[in-house]
Order: sequence, then structure tokens, then C-alpha cells
Amino acid sequence: MTGRSAISAQHRALLTERLLACLGKDNIVLDVESQRPWECDALPLYRDLPLLVALPATVAQVKTVLQVCHEFDVPVVARGAGTGVTAGSMPHPEGVLLSLSRLDRILDIDPLARTARVETGVSNLAISAAAAQYGLYYAPDPSSQIACSIGGNVAANSGGVHCLKYGLTTHNLLAIKALTVEGEELALGSAGLDSPGYDLMALMTGSEGLLAVVTEVTVKLLPVPQAAKLVLAGFDSVRAASDAVGAIIAAGIIPAGLEMLDRLTIQAVEDYVNAGYPRDAEAVLLCELDGTEEEVAEHTATVSALLGELGASTLHVARDEAERALLWKGRKAAFPAVGRLAPDYYCMDGTIPRAQLAHVLEQIALLSKEYALPVANVFHAGDGNLHPLILFDAGNPEEIRKAEAFGARILTLSVEVGGSITGEHGVGLEKIRQMPAQFGEAELLLFEEIKAAFDPALNLNPGKGIPILKRCQEYRALPARHRHD
Amino acid sequence: MIESTDIADTLVEAVIGAAEARAPLCIVGGNSKQLLAGRHCDATPLQVGGHRGIVDYTPEELVITARAGTPIAEIESTLSAEGQTLASEPPRYDGAGTLGGTLACNLSGPARPWSGALRDAVLGLRLIDGRGQHLRFGGRVMKNVAGYDVSRLQAGALGTLGVITEVSLKVMPRSEFTTTLAFALPAAQAIDTMNRRAAVPSPLNGALWHAGRLFLRLSGAQSAVAQCAREWGGEPVSAQDAPWESLREMPEALFDQAQNQPLPLYRLSVGSASSLGDLDERCIIDWCGALRWLPSEQALSSVHAIAAANGGHASLFRGGDRSGEVRAPLAPAQQGVQQRLKQAFDPGAIFNPGRLYSWL
Ligand SMILES: Cc1cc2nc3c(=O)[nH]c(=O)nc-3n(C[C@H](O)[C@H](O)[C@H](O)COP(=O)(O)OP(=O)(O)OC[C@H]3O[C@@H](n4cnc5c(N)ncnc54)[C@H](O)[C@@H]3O)c2cc1C
Repeated sequence: MTGRSAISAQHRALLTERLLACLGKDNIVLDVESQRPWECDALPLYRDLPLLVALPATVAQVKTVLQVCHEFDVPVVARGAGTGVTAGSMPHPEGVLLSLSRLDRILDIDPLARTARVETGVSNLAISAAAAQYGLYYAPDPSSQIACSIGGNVAANSGGVHCLKYGLTTHNLLAIKALTVEGEELALGSAGLDSPGYDLMALMTGSEGLLAVVTEVTVKLLPVPQAAKLVLAGFDSVRAASDAVGAIIAAGIIPAGLEMLDRLTIQAVEDYVNAGYPRDAEAVLLCELDGTEEEVAEHTATVSALLGELGASTLHVARDEAERALLWKGRKAAFPAVGRLAPDYYCMDGTIPRAQLAHVLEQIALLSKEYALPVANVFHAGDGNLHPLILFDAGNPEEIRKAEAFGARILTLSVEVGGSITGEHGVGLEKIRQMPAQFGEAELLLFEEIKAAFDPALNLNPGKGIPILKRCQEYRALPARHRHD
Repeated sequence: MIESTDIADTLVEAVIGAAEARAPLCIVGGNSKQLLAGRHCDATPLQVGGHRGIVDYTPEELVITARAGTPIAEIESTLSAEGQTLASEPPRYDGAGTLGGTLACNLSGPARPWSGALRDAVLGLRLIDGRGQHLRFGGRVMKNVAGYDVSRLQAGALGTLGVITEVSLKVMPRSEFTTTLAFALPAAQAIDTMNRRAAVPSPLNGALWHAGRLFLRLSGAQSAVAQCAREWGGEPVSAQDAPWESLREMPEALFDQAQNQPLPLYRLSVGSASSLGDLDERCIIDWCGALRWLPSEQALSSVHAIAAANGGHASLFRGGDRSGEVRAPLAPAQQGVQQRLKQAFDPGAIFNPGRLYSWL
């Protein structure tokens, strides 16, 4: 995108020298070729290279990086595992990429109080793995959980297939430690269930690295449910499957997960992992019920009966753990499976009221014809969180343009039916132009004020998350790096 | 029939007027909580109670949107008619507690550790800021990560960031069946037992200790509740004798009423399994140990020191000196951020001056 930095060579040399002195050469990446692994996140449409990559191994080193960058007035982009899909952790050409992946220690697990205190770079799944010996786990489970970091989860307020019942990241945190842009510590939340003053932990959650850098996270752990059953239902139409989603919830049952896959996704998954989905269905619903043995038995019977009445063409309850795992594997492998159908895919993330599911999916199918790009749908139906995957070829500039235009139409459509442009992936760089579709100018200006309350020089992850309006650029006399018009 | 009146325009005008005149406002919903949660606030009252009514309720979506002045009790009865409920069990204060005020105080009942606080159920809201702008944040959908979470930030802010005018909440199906078990135990053992019970799968959704008795509430599918009650034993407690309603409305009602001059009531938010030593025997221990109510004549600083040693914080909930600070002090870096946030929302400092902290 942008070329190399506008920062003076001398300034840059001084900054590099200072950071090398503080962190040592093994923790700094300077040359362009070695920086390539950090040039983008999981949305490779957007790439850039930083002044340097810093890889601190301790919180003290993170603090030093921030202090030095503050002194030199250069941007800092925090990065966890880089699994984000909005170019949220794409480097800034005039700034430092602060990789937190080496802060990967599990500090403490308290099985009685059911909490885990971990460093920011620990992967989501590693927390549950470490808690398993106590029969506990960390509930939010993004499909990227093997790789994504807990700090990244906090920054994104990530969800997962089990968030319908167990909530998002924001519902499962007790405390976080963060460093401000000046390198000062903020200890937010508490060992109890609230904290005095404003709930800065809520504000930090989902703030995409724009307010402070998370260094430590204390999460709540839950007992692993005694039992879980997965009901698979195939439907002859997307509309019938969509209506079934609302009907299950209306019956007073909150499934642990309620996911939908459309025809194109079903075929792709079957070709890829042979999960056992009905190939002749237009849509498949996966409905997981968990809890105590008795509860699960009762709810499985209710849901199966309901899905039958609603015209499911296939209805099947996973026989055993092996089959349940296989059916979930299909869902979790859906993105890579669809990825095999075209050179590239572009994943959208709009959230809509459940009652609008059928309508919006039909509209997306029409748009797919209009743009002549195929689209596969696999998503968190229970939450109304869509993930249309637009298939295209990034080698073809015209297809890139069409894919982006198609994506933007889906987001506007989501807002029009009363939803949001992003349910769990965040805004990043990718959706920053759609923010005015969801918010008015007054709301956007307040976001800027909030940003400035933490980071007055706007050096944390500039150009992402919230658009900085012209009015504000002039008022703050901001450098050109904050413009994205 | 629930009253429905929209006085948003009047509220906006009042805020603009106050901002121009630099005349602070004290935001009042149902006037049920002026004497608790925050500090005294001396300013012209802004009555929000007239801004009421349910704007939208779609049971299949599990979402209700209501104006801030709507009483919690009315919201609950509307939900109840559809078999749904507010999972966080906020106090109703005899019908005076309003939605806006309850969110501003972030008050939640005994189900809090399992079902979340009102904070957790917030999907979006409307807010009049200190410039008199009527803003909208979040929405009516289950997930929304565009922009900062301004909605949740209002929980516990005691109205110091703006006038909440409308709130959308996630609601839950009412659980099918509930039962309460009691066990005679000293505090220390009760804390251990409640945490052990919470660490295994069960329909537990209330755990309270008071005056030598541990109460566990089970709630969920009838078969699951019955099976768990059989396993755990204890003495069954009838719905009327169960402490949950009092706990939800006014925990201090559980204390011995013999004293004619009740002591100031402190609220200690601490690690659920932590031990406050002998003090625990004098507490009501709710939220599976994470919330301890302590009547005490000691100063906030000494009570807070005890909570801080257990990972938490203390506040003076009711009574005592409400012109001094009633919440724990914040570290300077955090205090600075909080002051700048206040400035961002309310540059003229007109909303509830000093209610949360003397310096806000
Ligand atoms: C195949 C696939 C499946 C996915 N499935 C899901 C899903 O089911 N649900 C879901 O919610 N997401 C999903 N994601 C998106 C992504 O995995 C999540 O957003 C995840 O939380 C990102 O974590 P990360 O550590 O990779 O963060 P990064 O990508 O490194 O960063 C994400 C954002 O967080 C900021 N950040 C990272 N660490 C910190 C920190 N310590 N302090 C401050 N800011 C920080 C970055 O600046 C950036 O803005 C998926 C992604 C992929 C590729």
C-alpha cells in the first residue's frame, strides 16, 4: 500500500539503536525480508512493512518499547497471533510492530475460584488445555482457537460457536493488565465480579489495540459440561432452516451452539473432511445441547421433535463422542474447505436480528448473481452472526474490486435490517469505511474523544477501528498518518 | 397496561439548557437509589422517570428495548407473560427502580456469577451526552463489535457520563424449575463448599451464606434439578422461606434488626474463594463468595484494605458519611483516564457531579 516511511533516517536510526540497546538484537527484526511474516494478518489483501518488529519477551520489555516509541512519537501496532481477518494488526509504515507472541506463560490457575491468569500471548486453546486437569475450561472458542492469542481475543471481543450460551470474551473476563501508550500500567477489573469507577475493562474489550496494550488477562473458567449432544438437521431450503433457528430459541431452549451451513459449504466440507453432512440438503443446522445428563436428554428430545415438525429432511443425533467431534470438525474446517474452491475468499461478519436471516440470505444470493462471484455461507445462526465467504481471485484486480463492493453491500444490508457491520471480527482497516453506515457523525466524534482520552497523540494502531474525521484531524493538527480518505 | 411516554425532546432541551447555564443536573429515575451506591449529589434534579414504556419486544429474538424510566418491575412482568426474564435479577425496589437507574448502578441479584450482571445483558442504548446530543450505541443484535463498547461503559457509571434514555437488553427464558437447599455450616466451610459445588457441572445458580447457614439454589430443567438435589442432600427450603428475594431487594434485611441504629453497610467485591478470616462470620456472603456485605463502623480505607488483600475492592453501599468518598481510590494512571473520559462525554461537568467520586 503505502511506501516506506516519512520518518527521517536519523530519527529512525536513533529509535532502532535505543530499542536494540533495551531489547537485544534477538528481539528486533530490521531487514525487510525477515519482516515478511508480519506484513499482514489473515486478510492478505492488505499488507505493509513496519520500521521494525519488536518481539519483547517480558512485560518490562513491552513497557520499554512503549516508552521509547512515546518519546520518539511513533505509532505502535500491537499484534497477537495475527489471525485477525480485518488487517487490524497490519504494520504501520512509520511505526513499530509490537509482537506479543513471546509473552506466552500461564501464570496461575486457581481451580477453586475457577480462574486462570495468563500472559497476553497465550493461545485461547492453551488455557482450556491447562484447565482440563481440573475439569474446567475457558468458554469462548473462536474457530481460530489453536492459534489466536487471549490478548487478541480481548482486543477483538472474540466470539465462537459456544457464545450463544456462554457469552463473548467480554462476559468471561475478570481482570486485565494493560500498558498505556506512555507505558503506564492499568490494572482493570478485579478478582471479584466488578471494579470501582468506570468499567474500563468493558471499554478495552473490543478496542482493537487502539486504547492500550494488553499484557495479562485473568479469565473465568467453567466446569466442563457433564454431557453434550449434537443434533444435525438438513433442510430443503435456506428459509426453512432459518425459521427453525428462531423456533428453537422461541421454545425456551438456549443451545450451546447453533450453526448453519449452506449448500456450497456442505459440498466443500464433505469433499475436504467427509464430516457426514447430507449432500442433498440446501442447508444444515448443527444444534448442540449441553448441561447435565438429564437436562441434555430432555432438551435433545424437544429439539429433535421440533426440527422434525419444522420439516427437516434429515435429522440425526450424533451417536457418540467420535461422531460429535467429526460433525464439529466439519464446521471448524469450513473456512479452509471453502478456501479450496477459489484462489481467495473474503469473509464478511455482519450480525442481524435472527428473524431477518432468511431475507438477508436471499438478498446475498441475489447479490452473488449481480457481482458474478460465488458466495458460501457458514455462520453462527443462533447469534444472527453471518459469515458470507465471497470467492474471488486476488490475482485479478477487477475481481478484488467486485469482492470488496459485494462485501460492502452485505454490510450495508446488515445495518439496514437493524444489525451491525461486524459481530466478532472487528473493524480494523478493512471495514473502516463502513463505520459511517452504522454510526452518525456525533457518535464517531465521541469515539475519537474516547480514543484521545487514552492516547492523545493517536499513536496506538492509527488508521484502524474508528475513522478519524476531517474535522478532528484539523482540530488536533494531526499528522497525515491518520488520514484515510 | 404499561404507560408509554416519550419525553426525549424535553430531556435533550433540559440538558442543553443546563450546559449553557453551566448548571449541574442530578439525574433521577424512580428516586429509589439516591441514598445508596453513590455520594451525595447537590444539583437540580432531572426527572427521567416520565420517559418510559417498552419500545420493542420480540420474544423470539430474546431482546427487549425500553425507555430508561420504565420500572424494572414492569419490564419483568412483560417478560414473564412470555416465559422470559432478566437473568441478572436486578432489585425492583417496590416498583420504583427504573431500567436506566439500575443499569447506571449496575445492580444485580444472586444469579450474577452464573447469569451475568445487567452489564452483561446490555446490547445497546441511547444516551444524551453533555453537549445535549442524543446518541445511539450498540444495537438490538446479539453481537456487535463496531466501535467502542460505550453501552457497557454506562454500567456502574452512576449517570456521570450522560442521561441514559433507552436500553436494549438480551433476555433469557425463565428456568423451568427452582429449588433451594440449606446446610448448617460455619462461614469458612461454606465458602469452600459453594466454590467446590460451582466447580462441577450442576444447575447451581445461587449460593449464599448467612448466620450459620449455607443456601444453594438450583435452577433449570426439572430432571436436572431433582437429580442434583438428591445428590447434594441438605434441607429443602420452601420458596417463601428461601432468602433470594430479600437478597435481591435489600440484603441488609437479612441482618438482625434488633439494632435500632443500623451500621453503615459495606459491599466487598473479592475473589470468590478468598477468606476474610473472622470477619466472614459477620458478613452476608453472596455471589458464591465474590460479594460480601459487611455492616461496619470502620472507615472505607480500612474495609477496602481487607478487600484489596483479597484481590478486590470495597464500597460504602448505604449509610455512613456520603459526602466523603464511598469507593476505593484508583491508581493515578487510571484516575487520569477516567477524568479524561468524563471530559469526553460531559465537557461541562453537568451530570451528577461528584456522585461517583468527588473528582468526577
Ligand atoms: C480461520 C479463522 C477462523 C476464525 N474464527 C473466529 C471466530 O470463530 N470468532 C472470532 O471472534 N474470530 C475468529 N477469527 C478472527 C481472529 O482469530 C480473532 O479476531 C482473534 O481474536 C485474533 O487474535 P490474534 O491473537 O490473532 O490477534 P491479531 O490478529 O494479532 O490482532 C487482532 C487485533 O487485536 C490487536 N491486539 C492483539 N493483541 C493485542 C494486545 N495484546 N493488546 C492490544 N491489542 C492487541 C491488534 O492490534 C489487532 O487490532 C478467525 C480467524 C481465522 C483466520
